[in-house]
Amino acid sequence: MPPKSGHLRAKNVGYDDDDGYSDDDYYEEEQSGDGMTDEDREQLRINTAKVKESLDPSIGATDAEIQESLWHYYFDVGKTVTYLKNKLAPAQPKTEQPKKQKAVSRFDQAAAGVEQSTPGKQSSSAARILESTCTAPSMGSALSTLSVMSFKAPQQTDFFWDTPWGNVPRHRLGQISVEPRFPRGGLLGGSTKLAKLAAARKKKQEEARSMEGDATGTDTAVALLDRLSLKNKERTTTSDTRGQDAERKSFTKKYPRKRSPSPPPAALETEEIPLPEPTQPAISFPNLRANPSMFASTLCGKDEQGAQEQAVGSSTFPIPYAAFHSFEDANPFAGPSPDDIVRKAQARRNKPKAAQSKKTTGEKLIEPMTKLTVDETPRVKSKNLNVVQEFEKSGMKRMANFVVIGHVDHGKSTLMGRLLYDLKVIDQRSIDKLRKEAETIGKSSFALAWVMDQTSEERSRGVTVDIATNYFETEQTRFTILDAPGHKDFIPNMIAGASQADFAVLVIDASTNSFESGLKGQTKEHALLVRSMGVQRLVVAVNKMDTVSWLQDRFDEISQQMSTFLVSASFSAKTITFIPCAGLTGENVTRKVEDPNATWYTGPTLVAALDSSEPAAKRNIEKPLRLTIGDVFRGGITNPISISGRIDAGSLQIGDTILAMPAAETASIKGLEVENEPVDWAVAGQIPTLHLADIDPVHLRLGDIACDPKAPITLVKSFTCKILAFEHVLPMSVDVFRGRLQAEGKVTRLVATLNKTSGEVVKNKPRIVKPAEVARVVVELERELPLEKGTRVVLREGGNTVAAGLLEG
Amino acid sequence: MRLLKSQIEQKQGSGFATLLPEEPEDMWHAYNLIQPLDLLRARAVRRVSKTSDSGSVASQRITLDLTISVTATDFDVGSGQLHVAGRVAAENEHVKLGSHHTLDLELNRKFTLEKRDGWDSVALQMLREACNAQRHAELWAVIMGEGTANICLITEHQTILRQRVDVPVPRKRRGGLDGHDKGMDKFYATTLATLLRQLDTTTAQPDKTIPLLLASPGFVAQSFHTYIKTEASRTTHKPLLALLPSILVAHSSSPHVHSLSEVLASPTITTKLSDTKYARETALMDKFLALMRQDDGRAWYGPREVERAVEKGAVGRGGGVLLISNALFRAQEVRERKRWVALVDRVREAEGGEVRVLSSLHESGKRLEGLGNVAAILTFPLEDLDEEEGPGGGGAEGEEMVI
Repeated sequence: MPPKSGHLRAKNVGYDDDDGYSDDDYYEEEQSGDGMTDEDREQLRINTAKVKESLDPSIGATDAEIQESLWHYYFDVGKTVTYLKNKLAPAQPKTEQPKKQKAVSRFDQAAAGVEQSTPGKQSSSAARILESTCTAPSMGSALSTLSVMSFKAPQQTDFFWDTPWGNVPRHRLGQISVEPRFPRGGLLGGSTKLAKLAAARKKKQEEARSMEGDATGTDTAVALLDRLSLKNKERTTTSDTRGQDAERKSFTKKYPRKRSPSPPPAALETEEIPLPEPTQPAISFPNLRANPSMFASTLCGKDEQGAQEQAVGSSTFPIPYAAFHSFEDANPFAGPSPDDIVRKAQARRNKPKAAQSKKTTGEKLIEPMTKLTVDETPRVKSKNLNVVQEFEKSGMKRMANFVVIGHVDHGKSTLMGRLLYDLKVIDQRSIDKLRKEAETIGKSSFALAWVMDQTSEERSRGVTVDIATNYFETEQTRFTILDAPGHKDFIPNMIAGASQADFAVLVIDASTNSFESGLKGQTKEHALLVRSMGVQRLVVAVNKMDTVSWLQDRFDEISQQMSTFLVSASFSAKTITFIPCAGLTGENVTRKVEDPNATWYTGPTLVAALDSSEPAAKRNIEKPLRLTIGDVFRGGITNPISISGRIDAGSLQIGDTILAMPAAETASIKGLEVENEPVDWAVAGQIPTLHLADIDPVHLRLGDIACDPKAPITLVKSFTCKILAFEHVLPMSVDVFRGRLQAEGKVTRLVATLNKTSGEVVKNKPRIVKPAEVARVVVELERELPLEKGTRVVLREGGNTVAAGLLEG
Repeated sequence: MRLLKSQIEQKQGSGFATLLPEEPEDMWHAYNLIQPLDLLRARAVRRVSKTSDSGSVASQRITLDLTISVTATDFDVGSGQLHVAGRVAAENEHVKLGSHHTLDLELNRKFTLEKRDGWDSVALQMLREACNAQRHAELWAVIMGEGTANICLITEHQTILRQRVDVPVPRKRRGGLDGHDKGMDKFYATTLATLLRQLDTTTAQPDKTIPLLLASPGFVAQSFHTYIKTEASRTTHKPLLALLPSILVAHSSSPHVHSLSEVLASPTITTKLSDTKYARETALMDKFLALMRQDDGRAWYGPREVERAVEKGAVGRGGGVLLISNALFRAQEVRERKRWVALVDRVREAEGGEVRVLSSLHESGKRLEGLGNVAAILTFPLEDLDEEEGPGGGGAEGEEMVI
């Protein structure tokens, strides 16, 4: 604090000094200094006569006026005459006022600079001024500049009135000296008149000041400050002590300067504002002035210093503040004039101060309050696309999601890795890298599978644990691979994958015993599961044909057994395709088999078979949105909450609001990705990634449904469903699966067994439902879940799939 | 539970027993023993208001012994609290006859129970079982999957789900593998912290370590076991290090509590915990279900069917087993209870069959509950036990099964 107060003291002293210069001194100086040379007087006299001659007698121009004009126009008779004609015939001083102001506001240093540098373009008045200021070397011309100033000053008193005359900074003087462009505005000469006006005004002000006393003084200062502080970006100190008031005042003095329009910063360098040399002897105060305070110099930068030097030396100086934005933006006439402020302050004086301050703070408070509105619009603007139309327009390639199923270790992941590798979706480099890694842990044959199996656990154990999603494209179709785990324990994950699929690829190991063990195990279970989940088309890839030397007998045997089984599992024989292949070597995956033993096979390759699969059934695009959340994750810093999952029905687009059930929380979609590409919309059948906003991740769980808030999905605690039993069904605890959703439940009642084809009741209240029987049962859930009529569910118990069901209500 | 005093006449079963519950599980026994209309005498705190002659009312809380005639019981499984509501049956100077009171039975506070209709065989057996001083086996089990864990305490008579842990674990994604591993780490950390909190509250006896069973589909339990081991050695957490040798890892098919039955039936567990009540019960249920699947008429479930089978003498010597949940004996209706007591008595005494009362709080009991709380393994096949009735009767039976 001490250093600051010291600084303030210094400032105060300066301020007092400023007050020491009375305005009157200045005027005296001006008036007394009528230092015309004899030659000048002679010329003036002659020219006055000439002007009188040429002037219309009706225009009663006095000698003084004529001389004034002549003096100003540097004895140019013609111009003086024109001027006087104009002035005395129609013009009224009242109307002159705004014109003049306009002229000032139009004052553009940059333009002046340009004019100076390109004389050909000079506008007459500007040229003249420059001429005069630059060429007139005599004392007289210098004084003429001063006299110009003197009549200029009164008009600007409202602007400069608070500036102690003695301490007018040099550059301000310089600026004013350029202002005699007034001629253009039609005001010239008449210094006597204007001087009188100025004197009158000053008197008035003094009166006002004396009336108001100290209080008004601070009031106006504060009012000024209030006005100025708006543009006062450079200022940092805003405390309100009395001591600093003075300091502020010193700022306000400088402020008007800021208000004059400024050249663009580029012009600042080249610009030269001519300043008559003789100004310096005429005004002696610069010597008295103290060095600028540290604060001031900081505020003005080095400009002030430079200006001082330049004024002495090259008679040019840059305009301080000009580089600042607020300087450019400042409009001196935007706010109330200082006069208005004084008047206002006077008026205010009568009112109690408290009330006044109350009102202003009230206003201040009300204003932002009225502007405050609750922003309910989502941050992401929806493009309001008609997604259905967009989809039809887009003429999108056929899309198909297929799930790869089969018993554990039958080579699902390897086959898919091979497929992606051969289709150049995975580059050679990554494959080589995987090969190397696989070899280091002695599992080189797993390299291709590692394309799909990426977690450390999956790699170390050599088993797929969770669904791996990958994409590839053929000429006709864009495929999404869902590589399901074959292990018994991960059937929940396989169900999650199968629920997203349009068709399935069943991979069967052709080698001895493997096929047989698979048929008892997950080959059978998976096939039944995908069937019960609505998959109708099946591509059976008889894998590892290389291990049985492409024996046709083996292939036929497997095909036969599988068809029998699959048809019994209500697949239609037409929709099943058998393809022999070898995932590890890549034969008959994308390219035809070259093995000499395999000449018997002439059918399509696996990819060709996939491609020929019928387009997926009609997608429910026009229905309300239903998306099963398959994953909730952090998509990165920009997308803290993302979900992905298949759209079962409906469509969505960026900016949509979704409702997450059963949490019943809404979220807005701020981003949308399909196959890792950002898109604007997505439709049923696609598996998009949604970047969400305005929701807490606790409300999003795997298996939840994101739906349209206008058509929300209902939550049920207990439901009736028609089941196809795979095992004995008793009233018992079961796990209920629906896509990613996995919930505890109980079969509470066996309502009836039904006829498999007609659906008629065979027996009411059976005590047990045997495998392959169709029955209607009631399932009660632990917690409420979003399930709808027509939803396909899977019931499992103790690691076995006991039944697959269709919800009836 | 300690039997402090009992005066029960063997013939009619009239008399009373004074009991002292010592551990939370005893509340469960008390819950099973106390029936509506029984007389229960215990210490109670009651606010008594006295109106003086001038009409001012003075209210006071006093401790007194109250005898109530039970109207309802309320048992909180989680906290093991038992509230018994009833009407005052013995008047004293503070409380009028017939005014209502709810007794909160507390640990280490004795109560006296007198059966209105006498102590029947089932009640006596329950009493014996409750007062069995033998150290009961206990087991902590964590049934887990990716992102979910159920921490259960398995005692002789109860399986209590103490805490469920749910941590969102991102699935494996291209380029998002960190999320999965991080999620799993967080899940393990949360589960372990929760488990330790649960263990600490109950392991009041430092000399005894309760075995901990970890079960999950896939590799989660194994990974969690590894995590516990590394965590124990990293933090040198004494109780955790002590726990390490008693950890069992098993396979379950789902992360839900009901797959505990499957875990407890698995060979790894039965060899270690073979002689516990729940292991026996589980084995029995499995046997019953196996017979059920054979569908040869030797296994029946549901009240009517079992009663009929007993009538026909099928649940007798040489393999006949009656499985009955103790929920049936807690029936609010006296008639209902008598029906089941009679059935049990008949099987046990007249037929010479085996009777197993399964705890409704165990997984096996829950499985039985789905089957109508009672099932029977018959000595000889019987067909069409359910088809004799008309459709009307069937409807009533169906309603029972839903209970």
